[in-house]
Amino acid sequence: MSKFKKKVKTKQEIPTSSMPDVVFMLLFFFMVTTKMRETSINVEQKMPQATQLKKLVKKSLISYMYIGAPKKAEQFGKEPKIQVNDVFIEAKNIVQWVNSEKSKLDEVDRDAITVSLKVDVDSKRGLISDVETELRKANARRVLYSANQKLEL
Amino acid sequence: MARSTPDIPNSSMADIAFLLLTFFLMTTTVASDKGLLILLPPPPEALPPEDIEIPERNIFKIQINSSDKLLVESDPWFSTNRELTDQIKIFILNDGRDPTSSDSPLKAIVSLKADRGTTHKKFIEVLDACQAAYHEIYANRAGVTVAQWREISSDPNSSPEARQQYDRGRDVGPDGAVGIPMALSIAEPSKVGGS
Repeated sequence: MSKFKKKVKTKQEIPTSSMPDVVFMLLFFFMVTTKMRETSINVEQKMPQATQLKKLVKKSLISYMYIGAPKKAEQFGKEPKIQVNDVFIEAKNIVQWVNSEKSKLDEVDRDAITVSLKVDVDSKRGLISDVETELRKANARRVLYSANQKLEL
Repeated sequence: MARSTPDIPNSSMADIAFLLLTFFLMTTTVASDKGLLILLPPPPEALPPEDIEIPERNIFKIQINSSDKLLVESDPWFSTNRELTDQIKIFILNDGRDPTSSDSPLKAIVSLKADRGTTHKKFIEVLDACQAAYHEIYANRAGVTVAQWREISSDPNSSPEARQQYDRGRDVGPDGAVGIPMALSIAEPSKVGGS
């Protein structure tokens, strides 16, 4: 009689019953931390790198402007263009756009509007300077040049 | 007699959840509202028409040409951005000691002038170096790290301590005047490499 012989009862499977819970947790994490993509960006977007980044606290005050060479070069040419919402605009229409963005905000916040300029690295300073001049005219003077964190070596 | 308990098959639950997860991963973007914050000057019409004479010694001139080469204080610049930050710091904190450098941090102005043909990449690099100089001075005065300083300055009214550190960093006097303003002037670009 083998009294001390142990029966090997170890289960071979990994328990999968908690897997849905884990995945749901991941899902909720991503749902909370991310936001839906509202516009499809039609210009090249390679962000420059910088070290002195600041984060904007009030997200509702931000309006986005995308500047870069169009992705469909055969249709729109190679020169960098300004995109807001879903359309390309000319520099002279920026004042109008800023005013329509301002009208979406509460009256007390209108002068605190921040324009986030997402500018492609290969864009030239000339166009951006024209944009700045128009923004000054429209009294939207807080500007954020979007950039990614540079790793400090 | 034992009745069989009704079961909902849940083996596919994980698949459904994965599908949803993938959907959200594809359609969303991580909020990345980070960048270099600047305040543009008031519109050209609102500025007083007369030119204010600023002594040469109080301006630290940085020029970038259309092929992304730098001219710092009228000399070609071949050194690193780190070195540029240090030079700007020395200029701002000169406080009248060196007669060729700034009178006081209050009067010191860093002037950044690009060309229409300068790339945005180079411009951001140099702007970053200028802001780094100011942030390091502020952080040093407030006794925090530069990263903490940027955190504080993006929302100075979040707590009384933050407000206090923010004011200490910028040398705010009892009358509310800022002793070390971030005087970063971005001039109209020249038109050599125009587009």
